[in-house]
Amino acid sequence: MSVPLVEVAAISRSYAMRSGMFGRSTAVHAVDGVSLTIPKGETLGLVGESGSGKSTTGRIVLGLEPPDRGAVRFDEKPMAAPGTAAWRAQRARMQMIFQDPLGALDRRLPVAAQIREPLDIHGVGTPAEREERVRELLRAVELTPAHGARYPGALSGGQRQRIVLARALATKPDFLVCDEPVSALDVSIQAQVVNLLADLQAQLSLTLLFISHDLRVVRQISSVVAVMYLGRIVELGSADDLFARPEHPYTQALVSASPAPGRRSAGRIVLSGDPPNPAARPKGCAFHPRCPCAIARCATETPILSAVGGDRQVACHLVTGSKPATKAATRDAA
Amino acid sequence: MPPLVSIEGLSVAFNGVPVLRGVDLKLQKGEALGLVGESGSGKSVTWLAALGLLPRHARVSGSVRLDGGEILGAGEAELDQVRGGRVAMIFQDPASALNPVLTIRKQLCETLALHRDLSGAAVKAEALRLLDLVGIPDAARRLSAYPHEFSGGQVQRIMIAMALAGNPDLLIADEPTTALDATIQAQILELLWSIRREMGMAMVLISHDLGVVAENCDRVAVMYAGRIVEEAPSNQLFADPVHPYAQGLIGALPPLDGPRRRLTAIAGTVPDPASMPGGCAFAPRCALAAEPCGHAAPSLAPIADSRTVACIRAEASRRALLGMAAE
Repeated sequence: MSVPLVEVAAISRSYAMRSGMFGRSTAVHAVDGVSLTIPKGETLGLVGESGSGKSTTGRIVLGLEPPDRGAVRFDEKPMAAPGTAAWRAQRARMQMIFQDPLGALDRRLPVAAQIREPLDIHGVGTPAEREERVRELLRAVELTPAHGARYPGALSGGQRQRIVLARALATKPDFLVCDEPVSALDVSIQAQVVNLLADLQAQLSLTLLFISHDLRVVRQISSVVAVMYLGRIVELGSADDLFARPEHPYTQALVSASPAPGRRSAGRIVLSGDPPNPAARPKGCAFHPRCPCAIARCATETPILSAVGGDRQVACHLVTGSKPATKAATRDAA
Repeated sequence: MPPLVSIEGLSVAFNGVPVLRGVDLKLQKGEALGLVGESGSGKSVTWLAALGLLPRHARVSGSVRLDGGEILGAGEAELDQVRGGRVAMIFQDPASALNPVLTIRKQLCETLALHRDLSGAAVKAEALRLLDLVGIPDAARRLSAYPHEFSGGQVQRIMIAMALAGNPDLLIADEPTTALDATIQAQILELLWSIRREMGMAMVLISHDLGVVAENCDRVAVMYAGRIVEEAPSNQLFADPVHPYAQGLIGALPPLDGPRRRLTAIAGTVPDPASMPGGCAFAPRCALAAEPCGHAAPSLAPIADSRTVACIRAEASRRALLGMAAE
């Protein structure tokens, strides 16, 4: 395995939420003990439903918010304290792409000026070199200098997302966090952006954290996938294997819920109940109230993410059994 | 059997800009028809126009017949009987379709009083039955709750209950699950499926998600730039799409199993309705486009049993298809 670029060790983050104007404030555990490792040049996909904590994880990894507990290491160094020179240098090497490109762009500024802005901020090169770099970036995302002179409103959704991508690449980052980058785009445009992202990743040997609710897109671009449910990782494994043979009942339901052309809904796992409220996390396994195969133990004891053979890790009593080590051994033997 | 709905040459223009350019569709009783296409292709406008729900400045022409009777341009009184009664509609954003300051009971009973000859206790009993039908737990108590007290999936269930209040023959579901999480989407689609089977109701499912449409519909129509470009039984369309745009849409969908392949992205973007290319609207993005594609817009032509395609380059694949059948 290659050198990890990003190491996330048991990060947690909770927010105080008040119910009503005079209500007592309760803690919402958005992220609860998440550990991840992303090797250089690879893509880790993070999937989960709304409220699963996948975006918060992305923001913490990027240093946009501090974790309450745990730590993030980038390129074998701990994250620098915000506001310091070391932090700025580190931040230039990691960038983020959001779901809504129009919201991420300034409507009153030509897009070329917005692509140049990170270069100005980080003081990269002379003004002439910056201009040249902007043209180079526009070419890299398959747009022309004429597009650069336009305002965001005069570009299509796919073109805007390319501009956001070009701006993120301006400082030659090593690491990109993509939070639902193609969810707002039509299928054919989505394919263009996914292909472009894959090409750029190969050319520039980028490391990606790819956050999405869309299993298909995540599988397309990721080497390793982590599935989150209510702030915790419930399953982790290589992308192809995880979607072909999901072990955790929640992953099984997610995969089964993803409609496929030419496959009838026969045998679909339809979960009952709503996605739970992060402010009222169920005891034990957070998934047990919706789980079709829950046993008594699931309601009392929180399962721990443990290896079950190969590179798969699952947090489920039914999969790992009482003694995770022996179970993994028998699987390997079989 | 006469079709339940028959749309002919339906065209819509906003301020002189055509957005729907001659749509022909037939829908049989009890049938589930899927309508796919990218944003701006006219999927929603088709049904908003058919039901007279477009703003006044929209110019609508063509014909929409429900059970043989023309409803395009019909009077408000007649349309009020159709909308919510014979034809019901549910939308992508269910929360904004409910009144936040009225209880669910009030809103359900209002629909029931309008479309069903019920009164007093019978209305309340029917409201309870509908809420039970769409799977709201503890329905009797939840009737007096307000929309914000329900989750997104439950609000969509309530919308479905309200749509069913008039015992419709046709339900138009416009992106009903787009705003919902994957596991909740599965619940809602399952609910629509079982209700349709139980009530023998026809359904038009409008979606940008090919998978959702493929799984839940008998027949699919693919729309592009205000026209239908291909229509086929869903299993056939996804197994062997003929129109280059339909092929592109299916190729652009990343597979969930099997080997990974590079996605076949369709180059370019959807044309601006105000400056539509002459001839086939898809020609500028089409890999197969030939010189005659720029002359005239192709019309839907049958290529096999219950399959139609609007593409002059489909001739080749059509011959191949018919040739294989003959052998």
